[in-house]
Amino acid sequence: MSVERTPRPAQTELDDADRRIVNRLQAGLPLVASPYAAVADELALSEGELLYRLERLLEAGVLSRFGPMYHAERLGGGLTLAALAVPEADFERVSVLVNAFPEVAHNYRREHRLNMWFVLATETPERIAEVIGEIETVTGLAVFNMPKQEEFHVRLHLPV
Amino acid sequence: MSVSTSLFEAAANGLDERDRAIVLATQAGLPLVPDPWGAVGGPLGMAADEVRVRMQRMVETGVIRRIAAVPNHYRLGYVANGMSVWDVDDAHVERLGREIAAVPGVSHCYRRPRHLPEWPYNLFVMLHGHERQEVERQAEALRERLGDACRDHRILYSSRILKKTGLRLGRRPVPPR
Repeated sequence: MSVERTPRPAQTELDDADRRIVNRLQAGLPLVASPYAAVADELALSEGELLYRLERLLEAGVLSRFGPMYHAERLGGGLTLAALAVPEADFERVSVLVNAFPEVAHNYRREHRLNMWFVLATETPERIAEVIGEIETVTGLAVFNMPKQEEFHVRLHLPV
Repeated sequence: MSVSTSLFEAAANGLDERDRAIVLATQAGLPLVPDPWGAVGGPLGMAADEVRVRMQRMVETGVIRRIAAVPNHYRLGYVANGMSVWDVDDAHVERLGREIAAVPGVSHCYRRPRHLPEWPYNLFVMLHGHERQEVERQAEALRERLGDACRDHRILYSSRILKKTGLRLGRRPVPPR
């Protein structure tokens, strides 16, 4: 797994139709027989143009994905946020080790002594503890496990 | 890893093997074609309508939060992404968590365990801005809302995305019926 540099502020050029698509599709696709046609109608685009632009936005990395957002726990899986305090000199090596776990869904470098923060998503709740143990073994570092105890709100909308 | 345990628990949410096949087929994304339900159903031996109705039910039961675009913050110009963390009096954290979640700009808001003495923070709030100043202003507004119940807070900015693949459950293929 290569470690990807965070893109520079080099903001991808979006035109007005792109913005409408990004704004509209963060809210969700309707579950109707021809959902893209329905959204295209709302946005005064043709279905073909919407699909073409959506594909381009994904390829350009403006959107990191498009599709159903599954709720891991309700699927019977496990989910947690965990952190490591990685010595600077070891950071690259440890990020490769951590990213190699398929259960690591997201991993961010953050500015703190706890400088690596990752989300674990596992097939079963029990598997969380196993993966944490495996990460501690391969990295030699203590994992700070911070599972959510309560969720107050999950709605990300970034207007563009 | 025990797949049967997972299936047993998934059954608690009314998911059967066909739902699960849909989950596996769509976790990387929904096809960008005029009939996405049919495109998902084809290889699984399901009609478009069955896929759509099953996904609709998963939305209703909360198994699917929504079918949506996930933006890359950075590419949209949101280059200041801060995880603000707050040490909030346990007696008030639940009420305040709900209040904070309603503040514009807040995306995720969770209560999580402290790890004393290294980590005293129990409320996590994700903030997104075009520059750090914007995030600092959002944090200042939260600080005022939390009042005396908040002892300390920090903002941990993300300086690099190391991995972002989203959820990937079982890579085990499910045979169509």
